[in-house]
Amino acid sequence: MGEKHLSSQFDLELNAVSSRIMELGGVVESQIDLAISALASFSPGMADEVILRETRVNQLEIDIDQELTNVIARRQPTARDLRLLIAISKTTTNLERVGDEAVKIARMVKSISSSGAPKALPATELKIASNLADRLIRDALDALARLDVEAAARILREDDLIDAEFGGFVRKLITYMMEDPRTISASLDLLFIAKAIERIGDHAKNIAEFVIYIVKGADIRHASMEQVNAVLR
Amino acid sequence: MRNGRLSTMKNIFVRQSVALQEKVKITVGNLNFYYDNFHALKDISLTIPERRVTAFIGPSGCGKSTLLRAFNRMYALYPNQRAEGRIVMDGEDLLSSKIDPSLLRAKIGMVFQKPTPFPMSVYDNIAFGIRLFEKPSRVDMDERVENALRRAALWDEVKDKLYKSGSSLSGGQQQRLCIARAVAVQPEVLLMDEPCSALDPISTAKIEELIHSLKQNYTVVIVTHNMQQAARCSDYTAYMYLGELIEVGATERIFVQPARRETEDYITGRFG
Repeated sequence: MGEKHLSSQFDLELNAVSSRIMELGGVVESQIDLAISALASFSPGMADEVILRETRVNQLEIDIDQELTNVIARRQPTARDLRLLIAISKTTTNLERVGDEAVKIARMVKSISSSGAPKALPATELKIASNLADRLIRDALDALARLDVEAAARILREDDLIDAEFGGFVRKLITYMMEDPRTISASLDLLFIAKAIERIGDHAKNIAEFVIYIVKGADIRHASMEQVNAVLR
Repeated sequence: MRNGRLSTMKNIFVRQSVALQEKVKITVGNLNFYYDNFHALKDISLTIPERRVTAFIGPSGCGKSTLLRAFNRMYALYPNQRAEGRIVMDGEDLLSSKIDPSLLRAKIGMVFQKPTPFPMSVYDNIAFGIRLFEKPSRVDMDERVENALRRAALWDEVKDKLYKSGSSLSGGQQQRLCIARAVAVQPEVLLMDEPCSALDPISTAKIEELIHSLKQNYTVVIVTHNMQQAARCSDYTAYMYLGELIEVGATERIFVQPARRETEDYITGRFG
């Protein structure tokens, strides 16, 4: 298949919008990293940095949508070009929301640390889930960059791991709260953090689904794993 | 991020033909066409659904116009052109020598790339074809002419100049006059060979609107170089290349998720 379009300008425009989304992905990844570190050390300074980067994410979201609109208006893309642009549009939305989740985590970290809540809370128990979410987002962006369907399919399978971690964590929190009601307030903050981490995993899964949509043309949202496997075969 | 895109893309070859629930108007079976020794159409098989718009797209020389012209045996006007295979409409093989080409062309009308009004009045342009086959009364003829002009969305623009020369109309009006002339003899199928390529965007939009309304009564087959036009106004699209039918299917599917990579290359502008 000819990799390039007859119109090299069209190629440039597609490449430009593709690198923009990678830039957005990079900023959002750094937000997650920082939020996780802030959580591990209850550092308000790192949490502030996460919140600060939101401005950049919001601006990139607007820029990417503008560029997408321009390409569609000028080029009337079809087939995989069309699917690529639609998928980039949806990925942008998902990444922006991942950024929002990172900001939520950061705000909760600030809230817990300012309340001077006991550090005996099971915050470290979130480490596995948060690292998993971080990796899923990174893998999803890599899969998008390479349009790697196999990597995308692996993410779909792994999202369940985060959900399982989340369930386990909630049970632990309940035990803490029952043992010492003074931890309830901070525990609730931790619960919101756990929920945010779980949501990040969901967004990674969505992005992985868009990768399969771009390459295979099949919309596998809400499909069973068997149906996904059938598409990939 | 586009690097490595090809390596990951496994194209599944699915030749999805016309949806099963459609009523078939024309069936082309193993059609081969030759200009002298040049093999212009290679073993083409496809179905044209009734009262739908089917578009043929492909680069110049791919055989799309040749295929269109085979439907009403336009090629028979030229020596050394011959077709082999079957084109069956309503159970009759159109290629059979038993079929009278001029009656066939009344059933299967054609509109060409450039408007071709006859050098006569607007009215007579329409009446001419009707008179070839029947002798309606003056009143009936007036009604037939008006009806044809209305179907071609031209009546309101020409009702006050019916007796002016057809060539005094604008290009877009002339093309609609030709469509009116084709529908006046009450065909079942309308063939359009690049009907908008000589027209401005407004006239093109009017013709496309017209194509949309024509499919209520006629089976329309259109050849176009303009892929966006095929995307806008057809229900089914067939992509041809070097005399072969590469892929045919519902227009939405062809333009969003073509099954063959040749089709994808062409419609995304990677061809060449």
